[in-house]
Amino acid sequence: MSFLNNLINGIGLGSVYAIIALGYTMVYGIAKMLNFAHGDVIMVGAYVCFFASSTYGLHPLVGVLLAMAVCTVLGVVIERLAYKPLRQAPSLAVLITAIGMSYFLQNAAQLLWTPNPKVFPAFFTLANPDGTSRTGVDLFGGQLTVRFTTIVNLLVCIVIMVLLTWFTGNTKMGKAMRACSENKDAARLMGIDVNFTISITFAIGSALAAIAGVLFLSSYQTLVPTTGSMPGIKAFTAAVFGGIGSIPGAFLGGVLLGVIEIMAGAYISTQLANAIVFAVLIITLLVRPAGLLGKQVREKV
Amino acid sequence: MSERVKREPTRLVPVPSTNIIPERDVDKTPILECRHLGIDFGGLTAVNNFDMAIGRTEIAGLIGPNGAGKTTVFNLLTKVYQPTRGTILLDGVDTHGKTTVQVNRMGIARTFQNIRLFSNLSVEDNVKIGLHNQINYGMWQGVFRMPGYWKQEKIAHERAMELLSIFDMEAMADAKAGSLPYGAQRRLEIVRALATNPSLLLLDEPAAGMNPSETAELMDNIVKIRDTFGIAVLLIEHDMSLVMGICEGICVLNFGQIIAKGTPDEIKNDPEVIKAYLGSRKEG
Amino acid sequence: MKTLKNMSKTSKTNFATYGMVIVVFAVLQLLGSDLIQRGGVLSPTLKGQLVPICAYVVMALSLNLTVGVLGELSLGHAGFMSVGAFSGTVAATALQNVIPSPGARLLAAVVIGAVFATVAGILIGIPVLRLGGDYLAIVTLAFGQIIKSLIENLYVGMDVNGLHFDFLENKIALAQGGKMIVNGPMGIPSIQKLSSFTAGFLLIMAALFVIFNLTNSRSGRAIMALRDNRIAAESVGINVTKYKLMAFVTSAALAGAAGTLFALGQNTLVASKFDFNTSILVLVFVVLGGLGRMWGSIIAAAALTILPEALRQFADYRMLTYAIMLILVMLCTNNPTLKSFFSSLAAKVKGSAKKGKAKGGEGK
Repeated sequence: MSFLNNLINGIGLGSVYAIIALGYTMVYGIAKMLNFAHGDVIMVGAYVCFFASSTYGLHPLVGVLLAMAVCTVLGVVIERLAYKPLRQAPSLAVLITAIGMSYFLQNAAQLLWTPNPKVFPAFFTLANPDGTSRTGVDLFGGQLTVRFTTIVNLLVCIVIMVLLTWFTGNTKMGKAMRACSENKDAARLMGIDVNFTISITFAIGSALAAIAGVLFLSSYQTLVPTTGSMPGIKAFTAAVFGGIGSIPGAFLGGVLLGVIEIMAGAYISTQLANAIVFAVLIITLLVRPAGLLGKQVREKV
Repeated sequence: MSERVKREPTRLVPVPSTNIIPERDVDKTPILECRHLGIDFGGLTAVNNFDMAIGRTEIAGLIGPNGAGKTTVFNLLTKVYQPTRGTILLDGVDTHGKTTVQVNRMGIARTFQNIRLFSNLSVEDNVKIGLHNQINYGMWQGVFRMPGYWKQEKIAHERAMELLSIFDMEAMADAKAGSLPYGAQRRLEIVRALATNPSLLLLDEPAAGMNPSETAELMDNIVKIRDTFGIAVLLIEHDMSLVMGICEGICVLNFGQIIAKGTPDEIKNDPEVIKAYLGSRKEG
Repeated sequence: MKTLKNMSKTSKTNFATYGMVIVVFAVLQLLGSDLIQRGGVLSPTLKGQLVPICAYVVMALSLNLTVGVLGELSLGHAGFMSVGAFSGTVAATALQNVIPSPGARLLAAVVIGAVFATVAGILIGIPVLRLGGDYLAIVTLAFGQIIKSLIENLYVGMDVNGLHFDFLENKIALAQGGKMIVNGPMGIPSIQKLSSFTAGFLLIMAALFVIFNLTNSRSGRAIMALRDNRIAAESVGINVTKYKLMAFVTSAALAGAAGTLFALGQNTLVASKFDFNTSILVLVFVVLGGLGRMWGSIIAAAALTILPEALRQFADYRMLTYAIMLILVMLCTNNPTLKSFFSSLAAKVKGSAKKGKAKGGEGK
């Protein structure tokens, strides 16, 4: 039973990674850049939701929507100010700018909200008849506990993935995105507003980051200004693991990464859980250099 | 030209000659022979049943409409792609399973349709990189500047300058390769390929983007290279004046299949070729 | 004089770089020496920073070999620094009684640190260098994390019987008088300081020597050929794996040496010091200093290591200022509009300065 418990927890954690990875993958696919500030957008989203619900006493759902709005604006502003002027620049320059942006967000958060950890409330609870609240359901006479957070994470993740797949495949904007990710110049010649399309991509990615931030914190509950960086790196890893640029790949990569992390921690060693996650990534990339679902591109000679 | 650095003697195997013009070949073993060469990409057959041979000092042309598979043939010969079918014999030695690097060391050098220079490095360094396997001293000899370094670098410098002189490019030796004008870049690619001491030189559209006088000069130079180095040249070209002017044998490719082989005169009058390739010019 | 004129532009830049390092070293030595007793010329903070600055300069040079010369992005370079730091420190402690001279012991430790980092570089490089671009970047990042996790769980103790190693759990039973050198997540609790500014200077010179002489040789040309155009390099017979590995491993060895230098200048050391952020920090030095431009790496590493100290007056705003400056510098140096604005400005300044000089140089 403990195996099943670990599996379920892994899927829960993995779903959050998957949501972040979806944002990463979309931005990478279209802007061809590793947006290191993505993890810190997660942190900002979590803070906004935290203050909305605990300081201003708003309903958590309103908090989430507010966080999404703030992060969307933030993502677009970051892109316009820091990345857009570097569209023609070497990719390393953009990478360093993204790192600078990441430092900026972390330190701004530290000044605004102090480095003291904030304890995130458990959102997904049910009231018991006796007035207390439950955070999960017990199955098989208490042998198996499924936390509501896990269920919510997985459901939200699946809904997002389905919506994104539909969006990129069937809407005009989605098609514009795919065109831009293939060839920006050709897309521009076809009358697609490339800059606008990239902005929309950042907006979607950042909104997803906000959702992920709230979900991640409702599972882990402590919020500091550097909270975003580790899940950011992990999600980036997940995106590469699944095949960067691929939406189902990001989902698969995220979930597998979460499961591996929890399993490695439970059965091998807690201290080495992260190392094992990264080792699995390396082995996967050596066997499948473009990730699990990525397509191999051959350079034309 | 000073003495060329000698390559190890390769195994000679008598093979039935399918040279483009068999009677021209004095030496019985062709430098290159392809038998039933073919490659599929997924379900698509890009090249099929490619049979041809080139004499040791022949200048041969590979022509055909766009998308006929000419560059793919080059990529097969240099093992950028591994062939799906058939064999490639270089100087009678099967190149099966060899890599690009190994095939180059065996004697095939090439240029690229879309220029691929080491554009951040100087012209001289580009040629010296071509000489990579002609000089040999190891990393430590280089780092600690041991006598071998000075001796071999001197040889490399002299040889590079000598090679650059083919195209009168010595004066540009210190310029950055990427900053050269287009024509000079194409010529530098040829020099770099020659530096690897090939016995077969593959030129992918050497005259692309050149004006008629530059093309005429290039034609002279290709012949000069063949004569001084005593090597075979296989070139892909759309400029018919160049192909008909210097090629001794021509091979016409269409949809990955050879549709004609022969001397320029034979090709000009071949009904298949006229239909598939030159035919479009008949009315115009 | 004649030879100076005949030298290529690269050799001139290289000699200027050596010269710059020597001059700065001499000036700082003079300022810090007892000859000038005025004090305050070199603040104690800056004096304490000299060894770390040297270590970061070597790190930046070494990463520039991978990123600038080989053209592959590595996001785990701090991992090699870590390997060098820990193996070098353990070696220095273990050799305490074997080599009494501190200078010789430091040298031995640096060499051992470099050797361990070389081994790590080979083990990582062989599988990893088959990948390219962003995939290589993520895998180096992963290796950096793995190295950190492994060292965080390493226990090393020493007693009369020699060195004892353990992993994950400390089950080392030391004989009388023995002591723990590396204590898992707690790291190294006490380090005998062996590094000095002079040692740092010598290491920088050695790193420059290796990098300059490597790049200006047959092997270095092959490495740069891979960077500029891999397919063309293969077509002229250059063995991709061999030369990629050569650059990567040399870079790892230098990073290991830098790690030892750094560690032996500290009082204590923990593995988390060499995390992803450190790798990124060094990458920032390299990119700001200019890819393949060694003098740029030196200046950027030195300036950016001092900068946070210099920004101390901004107190809480210091890292924020740092981040903003980083973004602004990247925008100014890479945005086409801003870049052309600055270069035209520079040309104007240069042009007016050179006006008189230009006529004299005509008679060539």
